[in-house]
Amino acid sequence: MELQAKQKVKPKFELFDFLYKYGTILTIFILIGIFSAANSSFIQGHNIVNILRSISIVTIIAIGITISLAVNGFDLSVGSVASLSNAIVISMFVWFSQNTLVAIVSALAASIVVGLFNSFLIVKLKIPDMLLTLAAMFIIQGIALTYTKGATISENMVMPDGTFAEGKISPLFTKIGQVPWIIIIMVLAVAAVHIFLTYTKHGRYMYVIGGNLEAAKLSGIPVSKYKIWAYVLSAIFASIGGIVLASRVMTAEINAGSPYLMDSVAAAFIGFSVLGSGKPNAIGTFVGAVLIGILQNGLVMMSVPYYSMDIVKGGVLAFALGLTYYRQRH
Amino acid sequence: MMRLEMKDISIGFPGVKALDRVSFTAETGKVQALIGANGAGKSTLMKVLSGAYSHYTGELHFDGKQAAIRTPRDAASFGIQTVYQEVDTALIPYLTVGENILVTHEKAFINWGLLHRKAEEILKSIHVNVPSKKLVQDLTLAEKQMVLIARAISTECRFLILDEPTAPLSHTETQELFRIVRDLKKKDVGVIFISHRLPEIFEICDQITIMRNGRLVSNHEISQITQNEVIEKMLGEKLVEQFPSRKSSIGEKMLEVRGLYDQEKIQDIHLHVREGEIVGIAGLVGAGKTELCKTLFGHTRITAGEVLLKGRNLNLKSPHQAVKNGIALVPEERRKEGVLVEEAVSVNLSAASLGQFAGGLSFLDFKAERGKSGEIVKSLGIKTPALETKVKNLSGGNQQKIAIGKWLLADADLYIFDEPTKGVDVGAKKDIFDLIAGLAGRGKAVIYASSELTEIMGVTDRIYVLYDGRTVKELETRKTNEEELLFYSTGGN
Repeated sequence: MELQAKQKVKPKFELFDFLYKYGTILTIFILIGIFSAANSSFIQGHNIVNILRSISIVTIIAIGITISLAVNGFDLSVGSVASLSNAIVISMFVWFSQNTLVAIVSALAASIVVGLFNSFLIVKLKIPDMLLTLAAMFIIQGIALTYTKGATISENMVMPDGTFAEGKISPLFTKIGQVPWIIIIMVLAVAAVHIFLTYTKHGRYMYVIGGNLEAAKLSGIPVSKYKIWAYVLSAIFASIGGIVLASRVMTAEINAGSPYLMDSVAAAFIGFSVLGSGKPNAIGTFVGAVLIGILQNGLVMMSVPYYSMDIVKGGVLAFALGLTYYRQRH
Repeated sequence: MMRLEMKDISIGFPGVKALDRVSFTAETGKVQALIGANGAGKSTLMKVLSGAYSHYTGELHFDGKQAAIRTPRDAASFGIQTVYQEVDTALIPYLTVGENILVTHEKAFINWGLLHRKAEEILKSIHVNVPSKKLVQDLTLAEKQMVLIARAISTECRFLILDEPTAPLSHTETQELFRIVRDLKKKDVGVIFISHRLPEIFEICDQITIMRNGRLVSNHEISQITQNEVIEKMLGEKLVEQFPSRKSSIGEKMLEVRGLYDQEKIQDIHLHVREGEIVGIAGLVGAGKTELCKTLFGHTRITAGEVLLKGRNLNLKSPHQAVKNGIALVPEERRKEGVLVEEAVSVNLSAASLGQFAGGLSFLDFKAERGKSGEIVKSLGIKTPALETKVKNLSGGNQQKIAIGKWLLADADLYIFDEPTKGVDVGAKKDIFDLIAGLAGRGKAVIYASSELTEIMGVTDRIYVLYDGRTVKELETRKTNEEELLFYSTGGN
């Protein structure tokens, strides 16, 4: 606080500092203003709930990426993990007539295995994070496809032997993907990881490792252990995302989780610039997801065709990254 | 002859006024020394000259004509080249020497034969014997530095800034560098030489500029001033005895090392350290001091031999275990290994002992963290605007104090210091010596590894000389002298 008081060197810098800190949030409010002006139903309650619901899965997956980014890693396999979890959950109900608990636990267990696989190869064989998780992305995607035999799993589907699948998805499970639970789960995930990263020893260690691996090691921090944890947690959140997705669509389409990867990465990186933190953080990731969600929702309302949407999304990401990295250089 | 003048240069950064109306002159064909304590503003001044900053105020003149330098490109157009201390950041390791030298001025198509011929020519012109086709990653640090100098003079170079060039060099390598500097002088290049080593400055420089706290103190012909006068002007006070006088009370055996080997460098190390004792590890650059320190800290794998702490066999597999067993290491490469430059002062100070600030469910007690870090900042005299200041904004000496300070909070039994005064000014050095003496006074065991033999003589009780990865000699400090240390360090027996 004392330092900031002394920072008044030139007015030009102050304006930039302001933009750096509040640019992302400002953008959100400006967008809300524009969209509301264009279509008054944008700001109505049910549409806000709609937006929150639509960003829930992206946010949950992005929260996992945030943890991997905190240790200066990068988990690209989250989309595939979400697909796999989606397939496992639905198949447990439909193929094996299991209850909700078994279905969810199986999906989470599979994701933990993936997390351990990722971290083992990264920590022990020292394969660069992004390359390894890229490989893992393909592997897991392939496993999910092989498991479903390349078909969509749904209730009453036709099995290879010509009979119909008998299992039903439990009504309890369908609640997860509906308002309010889908939003509550998202908020809980954001809050839990925010508290974890900001207020606990473990979170601090993760940031320290992300900041300078060698210094962290030489400070006596068990670096490998935390990296393993980061990738396991990342996979677990991806899996939760996949489970919520399963509950929302009630089927397991092939590669259903993949489209969420890029939006989640974008949300996590936009998060760097929120409130000028300059590093991965849970609240920022949430704000990033909100920004993307508002854009998507608003542009649909303004009848921008879906195929042009990515131009805007990419533009916003470039803007947020610009804020973060311009500041780091100067 | 050409004359460079910097007039009334001022520059500020968030929270700090780094330069305050500093004037500086240099001439081609002369070696100009620039000296000052850490944080005096030497590097900042030279960065202004080399175009790294654009927001300074003041004027630059070449031969009386005003010049504007706001970007590195501007600086290059005036023939100003810099060789920074961190040579690795400026070179591309997987390219050849020739490519690195001529990297910036090649045409669209590369004529390989011509490139290597040209590079060889440049290297020959400063009598450096490095093959142009060798990969840079296979060079020694000293050779890399020479490649950088060759790159600098491959352009129209009028002024060459050498920022602490001798810090990582051995004695022979330093002499080699000085020969090149003398060659450059003959070629009418002006050399600006930044160093903390006074004897070197008096050996090679013609003129000296002294700075303190972002201000110019004075300019002198080197023949008109003595080393002690320079130190007084640097510190702004009379030079007091550098090394602390202390009475060592030596207790039980803390550490014992028997026949230790690592995978490559360390061979058959035997040593022991007692409570309250400061044991020096003397040796030249490349003798294996850093490797030994890191092996004792569990960072490199032990292939044979054993390490006993308080009589217990430690089978260290990681620094994490070392810290748990009460060992602390202040590593040599401060910015790379010692501190987290992007984090706040308090985060750095608590990094090695976060457990004591974590309560139930590992929640951090921020108030206690602030309190304890504040105490360390005060007791070590760390100059920082606030506890939240990022460490990258502090000077080298203060960063080193933070690297040490985090281990004071962690409260270890055995402290290992690897070149703790590297790149640290005289004033901060004294603080560090006092601190180390204080640790020993509290019954801690201390290992002090350094190639600065004067320091080893000044602070230790007992010395092991390391040569080529082996402990070749054990000496008692009060029964030996620097000459004897140098004799064993250079392989004599």
